[in-house]
Amino acid sequence: MSTSAYVQLVNLSKHFGKVRALDGLNLDIAQGELVALLGPSGCGKTTALRALAGLQDLDAGSILVDSKDITFVAPNKRNMGMVFQAYSLFPHMNARENVEYGLRMKAHRSSSSNRKKRAADLLELVGLSTHANHFPHQMSGGQQQRVALARALAIEPNVLLLDEPLSALDAKVRTQLREEIRRIQLEVGTTTLFVTHDQEEALGIADRVGVMRGGILEQIAAPAELYERPLTSFVAEFVGLTNPLPAKVSGGSAEVLGVQVPTVAGSITTGSGLALIRPEWFKVEASTSGNAKIFAVSFLGSTCRLTIDLADGARIRVQIPSAEASNLGIGSNVKVTLKSLPVFVKGV
Amino acid sequence: MKLGIPSRIFKVFIIGITTLYLAGPLYGMIDFSTKPLGNEGGRSLRAWKAIGEQEDLMSSISVSFAIAIIVMLLLFLLVVPTVIWVHLRLPKLRRPLELICLLPLAIPGIVIVVGIAPLYRWISIHITESPISLAGVYAMLILPFTYRSLSAALALVDISTLAEAARTLGASTMRTIFGIVMPTIRSGIMSGVVISLALVLGEFTISSLLSYDTLQVVIYLLGREDGKIAVAVSLAALLFVFGILFAIPTTKRQRAILDADIA
Repeated sequence: MSTSAYVQLVNLSKHFGKVRALDGLNLDIAQGELVALLGPSGCGKTTALRALAGLQDLDAGSILVDSKDITFVAPNKRNMGMVFQAYSLFPHMNARENVEYGLRMKAHRSSSSNRKKRAADLLELVGLSTHANHFPHQMSGGQQQRVALARALAIEPNVLLLDEPLSALDAKVRTQLREEIRRIQLEVGTTTLFVTHDQEEALGIADRVGVMRGGILEQIAAPAELYERPLTSFVAEFVGLTNPLPAKVSGGSAEVLGVQVPTVAGSITTGSGLALIRPEWFKVEASTSGNAKIFAVSFLGSTCRLTIDLADGARIRVQIPSAEASNLGIGSNVKVTLKSLPVFVKGV
Repeated sequence: MKLGIPSRIFKVFIIGITTLYLAGPLYGMIDFSTKPLGNEGGRSLRAWKAIGEQEDLMSSISVSFAIAIIVMLLLFLLVVPTVIWVHLRLPKLRRPLELICLLPLAIPGIVIVVGIAPLYRWISIHITESPISLAGVYAMLILPFTYRSLSAALALVDISTLAEAARTLGASTMRTIFGIVMPTIRSGIMSGVVISLALVLGEFTISSLLSYDTLQVVIYLLGREDGKIAVAVSLAALLFVFGILFAIPTTKRQRAILDADIA
């Protein structure tokens, strides 16, 4: 275990009947770091976050924050700021009163003028200083979540916990608010755990992303590493798009589409398998003698997504720069090869 | 949506009939309580003026209000927190609690009296003879009405998330219940309060059979001596409860909560 970890989740277990929500989860978070937990429904990510908040009791394991064991500390004594998936502003208080609430609950209460100033500062930080007197029902979903973020940050939490805070918002607001959360988190420097099922959100916001399945972490790594060097086939397939193609592996490299490419750790070491290839790892050249045919083309701005039928009948999705796709149309014959990047090969 | 002429006529007709049905008896009470006695001419406010002169009546009003205040306190400090606690922490007990709370509605008043009479005999010998002790049994009688309005209000908002938000912000369980959950479901609590108040001020069977002089019992006794005063008092009590009913959702914040409940 890393000694520099600020938050340590050690061997957490929680069963709901026969369902294992957490099955010996271990996770370290450094001070000031933003870690995202990503995974499908029921993988245990929300249970882990709620356990850290103290809202979920555990069957086994311990939670340490700043080297102090808080496993059995009540949620109101943990000093965790939390933003929930559902709108959770107190309906009988306006935005300012909501932000002040946590400060009023603190044992050593700050003076009324200090509280007001802190609330005003935080509402300004989230860009809502003009909405201080608005009640929750007078604000949009995005504004309510911003106030909830300000409220969570007001208490200067040890850890900021974000439980899918963007999932109830529409796509545009979601992207804006995601970027804003990251800006604020970097500005304030709060250690943050962010739970989401949206991989774009996780990869776009976090210092490290942990992919969970069946109550354990399959892999935790920086977004680029997770994408380029997945350690398990689940991670490779869950994070980003992949095309499974037949591969022959021997001596640390694999032959895919006639090209020798290195394999990443966790791949099979010998024999036949399926290489999981990202859409942008293909090279496509127009060639009348090519053994593949373009089935569809979608223009995405700077890039172009091609759907290509290979000679063996497999259909792959390829993403290339639009400039390289100018002479490629539906029905064109093309030659498909691979860039020499390490790939993950799973057994069949 | 704009209504067509036939629909509008129907609407006015329904409202008219309902108003007549509700206002008719009230008019009858005003008419009767201000009618002159015998051959005296003109209207008279004698019965209304006499209300203040009835000592029994005045003491029974203060007793009934004292009972009402105690019942309200029990409602706020015991019933509401218990329902919220069960809703938040012990959801498996919701059905049994609902069943228990509905029992007073299913059991006839006379049966309740037979059951609790020995207890009240003991109370009047060993503790107090004051009718204020009726607050205990009344707090039980209001359960069906308060439980229904509270559980309806709790179902309208995501109370669990609000409570968890308050907990993570440092609020104790009690502060969460009294500072966050209760103000959020204030509309439900208030409708429970109004119904309970009406029930406590209007209850006759139990207090009469246990021989306590509450407002209704005194009105009944007064009615045997002077019907006009009894009717004037009844009408005044009725108008008082109406007044409370209309006065409740007036402040801006309560409207905000009502809007939030609907949204």
